[in-house]
Amino acid sequence: MSLSDQLYATPAYRDLIRQKTAAVVALTVFFIAYYFALPVLVGYWPELMARKVWGHANLAYLFAFSQFLMTWAIAYLYMRFAGRYDRMTASLLAEAPGASSAGLPEGGS
Amino acid sequence: MSLPLVMFLTFVVATLGITYWAAGRSAGEKAFFAAGRRITGWQNGLAISGDYMSAASFLGIAGLIAFYGYDGFMYSVGFLVAYLTVLLVVAEPLRNTGKYTMADVLAFRLRPRPVRAWASLSTLTVSTFYMIAQMVGAGALVSLLLADSGVGYVQAVTGVGILMIVYVVFGGMLATTWVQIVKAVLLMSGTLLLSVLVLARFGFDLGALFEAASSVSLQVDGQTVTRDFMTPGHYFKPPYGALDLISLGVALIFGTAGLPHILIRFYTVPDAKTARVSVFWAMLLIGAFYIMTTFLGFGAATIVGPDLISANGGTNMSAPLLAQALAGDVFFAFISAVAFATILAVVAGLTISASTSFAHDFYSNVLHHGKKKAPGDEVRVARWTAFVVGALSILIAIGLGPNANVAFLVGLAFAVAASANLPVILFSLYWKRFNTNGAVSGLAAGLLSSVGLIIASPSFMGIDGPEVAESARRLIQADAWYPLKNPGIVSIPLGFLAAYLGSILSREPDAEERYVELSVRANTGLGAERAS
Repeated sequence: MSLSDQLYATPAYRDLIRQKTAAVVALTVFFIAYYFALPVLVGYWPELMARKVWGHANLAYLFAFSQFLMTWAIAYLYMRFAGRYDRMTASLLAEAPGASSAGLPEGGS
Repeated sequence: MSLPLVMFLTFVVATLGITYWAAGRSAGEKAFFAAGRRITGWQNGLAISGDYMSAASFLGIAGLIAFYGYDGFMYSVGFLVAYLTVLLVVAEPLRNTGKYTMADVLAFRLRPRPVRAWASLSTLTVSTFYMIAQMVGAGALVSLLLADSGVGYVQAVTGVGILMIVYVVFGGMLATTWVQIVKAVLLMSGTLLLSVLVLARFGFDLGALFEAASSVSLQVDGQTVTRDFMTPGHYFKPPYGALDLISLGVALIFGTAGLPHILIRFYTVPDAKTARVSVFWAMLLIGAFYIMTTFLGFGAATIVGPDLISANGGTNMSAPLLAQALAGDVFFAFISAVAFATILAVVAGLTISASTSFAHDFYSNVLHHGKKKAPGDEVRVARWTAFVVGALSILIAIGLGPNANVAFLVGLAFAVAASANLPVILFSLYWKRFNTNGAVSGLAAGLLSSVGLIIASPSFMGIDGPEVAESARRLIQADAWYPLKNPGIVSIPLGFLAAYLGSILSREPDAEERYVELSVRANTGLGAERAS
C-alpha cells in the first residue's frame, strides 16, 4: 500500500477534504450567484437598474462596482481558510510514516 | 526621430537586456519551460497580471466605455471575477499535479496519448487565435502611433513578431516572466497616472465625473445625440442584449481558468501555496486596473469626446488620445509605449504556451510515447516551435491586413478555453469516475462546438452593407445561424455534458484507481514537482 493510499484512508485526510470542499463550494456558489445577478438584472430589468441612487450613480453602476469588492472579499476569505488547511496538511504529513523521506516541501502545502 | 519611437525603442532595448540575462539561465528543461520554478509569489502575481491585461483590456475596454459607456464596464467586471475560479478551484491542484502544461494534469491518471493530443490541439487553437488577434491589433496600433516615424503595418507586425520570437527562443520562461513583470509595472503606473489626471480635471469630485458622463454628445448616423453613459444598453442591445451579456459572462468566468498561457504560470513557482499567493496578488492588481478603466473610458468620453476619437484612429485610440489631451505629447508617447509593451508581453506569453504544449505534449508524449531521445530534445523542439509559431503569426497577420475583423478571435479563445479545457480540468481533479473517453469527448465537443458556433455567429456571418471596406467584410455573407456574439452559453454546457456522458458510458478501472494518488498530491503536494 503506497503512502498516498495510506494518507487517503486516514480520518484526518477525509476531514481536510470535507472542510475544504465545504468552504470552496459555498464560496463558489455565492460568487457565481452574485456575479450572474448583474447581467440578469441589467439585461432584464434595465429601468430598475437605471434608477439613480447617489448623485448620478445608478444601481447598475454601484452593483457593478460592488462586484470588485465582493471578489476581493471572497479571495481574502479563501486565503484565511487556506492558511488553516496548510496547517492541517502539515500536521497530516508530519504524522504520516515515511512522508518526510518522500521529498516533501517543508511546512506543508 | 519622433518621441513615441524613442520610447518604444527604450522598452525594446530594456527587454532585450532582460532576454540576454535570462538566456544564460535558461539551460535545461525546468529552467526553459518553468523558469526553474523559482519565481516568488508577488513576482508571479505581477507576471500573471502582465500576461492577462492585454491590449484588448487597456485600449479595447477604454474604447468601449468611451463610445458606449456602462456596457464596456461589464467586460472589466467579468475579467476580474473570473479569477475567483482560478483561485478557488484550479491554481493549487494544477501546480501540485502538473509539470509544464495543462495536459499534464489530465495525463496523470488518464491514457496519455489521446488526452495529450486533444489537449495540445485545444491549447494551440486558443493560443494561436488569441495571438493573431493581438498581432493584427498590434500592427494597426503601432503603425498608427508611429505614423510620424514612417513605420507601416507590415513593419510593425514583423517587428512585434521578431521580438516575441527572440524573447521566447533565447530567454524561455524566465525572460517571458520578466518582460511581463516590467510591462505590468508600466501599465499600472500609466493607468494610475491617467486616472489621477482625469480626476484632477473634475476637481477630484467623482460626482462631477459621473455627471459629465451622464450626458455625452456624439454623432450617430450623421446626427448629434446626447446619451447617458451611466446607463446600460448602448452596446448590448435588444433583442439579444440580455442573453449576450449572460453568454459573455459565462465565457469570461469559466474561460480564464482554462487559458493555457495563464495556467502555465503556476508551474513557475516553488509550490501550491506560492501559486495561491500569486493569484491573490494578481487579483489585487487586476482589480485595481479594471476599476480604473472607468476613469479612462469616461475621461476619454467627456474630455476628448467620441467624435474626435473617431476622427483620429477610432475606439482603440481612446486612451492614448486622452493622454495627449491631458498632458501633451510626452505623455502620449509614454502611454503609446505602454500599449506597445502590453502587446509584446502578452504575445510572448502566448508563444511560450503554444511551444511548450507542442514540444512537451505532442512531440515528446504523443509522437515519442513519452520516451525522450536525448536530454535537451524537448527544449530544442520548443525553440523551433516558437520560431515557426512566430513566423506563421506574422504571415497570417500581414495576410489579414490592418482592418480585418478579428474581435471574434479573442471571443473564440475564451469560449474554447471555457468549453473544452475547463470541464476536463475540473472533472480530472474532482471526479473519481472521470476517464479517458470522457476527456476526449469533452475536449472534442467543447472545441468543435465553440469554433462552430463562432463561425455561425454574427461576427463571422452576416450581410455587410456596401459602405463596409473590403478587408473588414465578414467571411460568410448570409444571415447568421446563431444570434449571439459569444457561444459560451451553449458550448460550455455541451463541453461539460460530453465529458460527463463519455465517462459514464465506459469504465476505466486504472483511471479510478489513480484518483487516490491524484487527490492526495493535489491536496497535500505529496510528490509534486519541486523547484531546482
